[in-house]
Amino acid sequence: MPNSKNDKLIVLVEKMPAFPKSVQQVVQLTSDINASAKDIVRVIECDPVMTVKILKAINSSFYGLPQKITSVQRAVVHIGLNTIKNMALGVAAMGMLNANNKANFNTSEFLLHSLTTAAISKMLAERIGLSSTESSDCFVAGLLHDFGKVVFAEFMPDEFKLALEKSKEQQRPLYQTEHEFIGLSHTEAGKMLAEKWQLSETLIDAIAHHHDLGHSQNVLRDCVFAANQISKYMQFGDSGNPLIEDFPTSIIARFGLNLPAMCEALGNFDYVKTEAQSFINL
Amino acid sequence: MKFKFWGVRGSIPTPGANTLKYGGNTTCIEIRTDDNDLIILDAGTGIHALAQNLLKEMPIQAHIFITHTHWDHIQGLPFFIPIFIPNNQIKIYGGIDPVTNETINRALSVQLQYSFFPIREAQLNARIEYTTVKPGGPVKVGSATITPIVLSHPVLNFGYRIDCDGQSIFFTGDYEPQLNIYDPEDDEYAEFQSFVDAKWDEVVLAMKDVDALIVDSSYTNEEYVSKQGWGHGTYDSGIKLAAAANAKKLFFTHHEPTRSDASLEAIYQRLLQNHPETGCELLLAQEGVDISL
Repeated sequence: MPNSKNDKLIVLVEKMPAFPKSVQQVVQLTSDINASAKDIVRVIECDPVMTVKILKAINSSFYGLPQKITSVQRAVVHIGLNTIKNMALGVAAMGMLNANNKANFNTSEFLLHSLTTAAISKMLAERIGLSSTESSDCFVAGLLHDFGKVVFAEFMPDEFKLALEKSKEQQRPLYQTEHEFIGLSHTEAGKMLAEKWQLSETLIDAIAHHHDLGHSQNVLRDCVFAANQISKYMQFGDSGNPLIEDFPTSIIARFGLNLPAMCEALGNFDYVKTEAQSFINL
Repeated sequence: MKFKFWGVRGSIPTPGANTLKYGGNTTCIEIRTDDNDLIILDAGTGIHALAQNLLKEMPIQAHIFITHTHWDHIQGLPFFIPIFIPNNQIKIYGGIDPVTNETINRALSVQLQYSFFPIREAQLNARIEYTTVKPGGPVKVGSATITPIVLSHPVLNFGYRIDCDGQSIFFTGDYEPQLNIYDPEDDEYAEFQSFVDAKWDEVVLAMKDVDALIVDSSYTNEEYVSKQGWGHGTYDSGIKLAAAANAKKLFFTHHEPTRSDASLEAIYQRLLQNHPETGCELLLAQEGVDISL
C-alpha cells in the first residue's frame, strides 16, 4: 500500500467515532456533576477508540513524558480527570461507530472479542506473576490488538468485506486475506497507527505481532496471543477471523498449559463475557 | 533572584476591606534575576498593578509563563499595558491543551474579541511572541532556567521551577494532588495507588530543595472534604509537599475568595502551632512585599 494511502488512513482515523454504548455513557456521565471518577474511567478504558485517542494525545511530544503512558488510569493521575473526561467527550462528539457498516463487520461482536481478550490477557498476566502495571498494560494491549480491523470496516469497507468473506470461505487467517484485498493486514495497520501515535514500544509490538510470535520476545504480546485464542475458543464475541491457533511451544512454555487445558484451568470465567456485554449493549 | 506577589487570590478578584492586607487580585508573581531579567508567572488581575510599576522601565522585555488558562490566571493579560506600547517585547509561554489542541496564544486572542474587548489583537503595538513549552523541557531566560511539569488540575496545568543564580523557586499554579479514585476494597485500588505514588515522587523531585515553594493552598482540611476534585490543594498538602521536597520557604497562595485577612491569619497561627517542626519557613503570600532569596 503506497504511503499516501497510509497517510490518508491516519487522517481518517482522527475522525473515527467510538462505540455507541460508551459514547452514550460518556455523554450521560459528563452531564452529571456527581458522576463518580471510577465510573467515567471504566467507560473510557473499555472503549478501544477512546482509549487509543487519549493515549495518543497524552503521549504526544507536547507532554514530554520520560516514560510512555500506557493506560487511561495512569493518564488520569498524570493530567487530571477533567481533562481526560473532556477528551472523551470530544471523541463522543464525533458520533458513534455505525453497527451496520458496509463490510458487514459486526462491531458489537468485535468489541466483545476485544474486551474479553483484554480481560483474559490481564488474568493471564496476573497468573504468571506480572506486576499490576504490566497486567493493566496487558488489558490495554488486548483491547487494542485488533484495532486495525475496525479501522478497515470504517474506512475500507468494500475491500475488508471481501477479505472477511474469503477468510471465512477458505478458512484462512484474516490477516492473509486482508493482505490480498487491502494490501495491508490489521496488524500492519495497527502498528502503523500505534507508531504514528507514539504509543509504548511493547504495546506497538503486541499489536504488530500478535499473529507472529517468532518476531520478538514480548511477554505482553504472549498474553494477548493466548487471550485472543482463549476468547475465540470460548466463543466470546467474533473478530472476523475463523481460525483458532493452537498454543505453540513458546506459549505453552510461558503459561505451562495448552489451549484447552488453559481454558479448563481458568475455571468458570463466563463472567468475563457477561461483564463485557454490559459495556456493549445499549 | 527576588520575587514579588502581585496577585494571591484564587478564582475571582476580591477587593474590599477584608482583603486589604494580603490582597484581592488574582494570581501574578514577578520574578527578577540578579541581572534584572523579568519573569512573570501568570497574568491574573495582579498583572495590572505590576504593569503600572513597569511603565518607568520602558521599553521592557517580559517573559510571561502561564500555568493554565483558567480566567483567574489570564484575565489580566489585556490590561498588561506594555502590550500597547511600541518597542516592548512580550513573550508568552504555555502548553498545548490536549482537549482543544490550542496553543497559549489563545489565552490572549480569545479575550481580544469584539464582544469582550475594544482593542483587536492586530492593534497591539508591542512585539508579542508565543512559545509552546513542554514538561521537562527547560527554557532559558537570561541566566534563569524555567522547567515545566504537569500538575493535576481540571485543565492542563504546569508547575514551573525557576533555577537562577544558584537559587530556585517552584510555583505549582493550581494543583490538587491526585487522590485514589477507587475504594480500598476495589480491585483497581492498589494499582491506581502505585500510579499516584509514582506521580507524587515525580512532583517532589521537580521541586526538590527549592529555596521558595509557592503552592496552591486554597482550603483547610475541613473545607476540602466537600471540595475534592475541584483542583486545589490544602494548607496541609502544601506542607506535605514542602517537607518531602526539602523546601526552605513555603508560601501559601491562591487564597480562597471568601477568606478574609483575619481568617487567613487565624489559619496561619493554627498551622504554625500544628507544624512546629516542618524544617521550612511557612509564609502567607501577600501582595506587594519584596522577597529576596
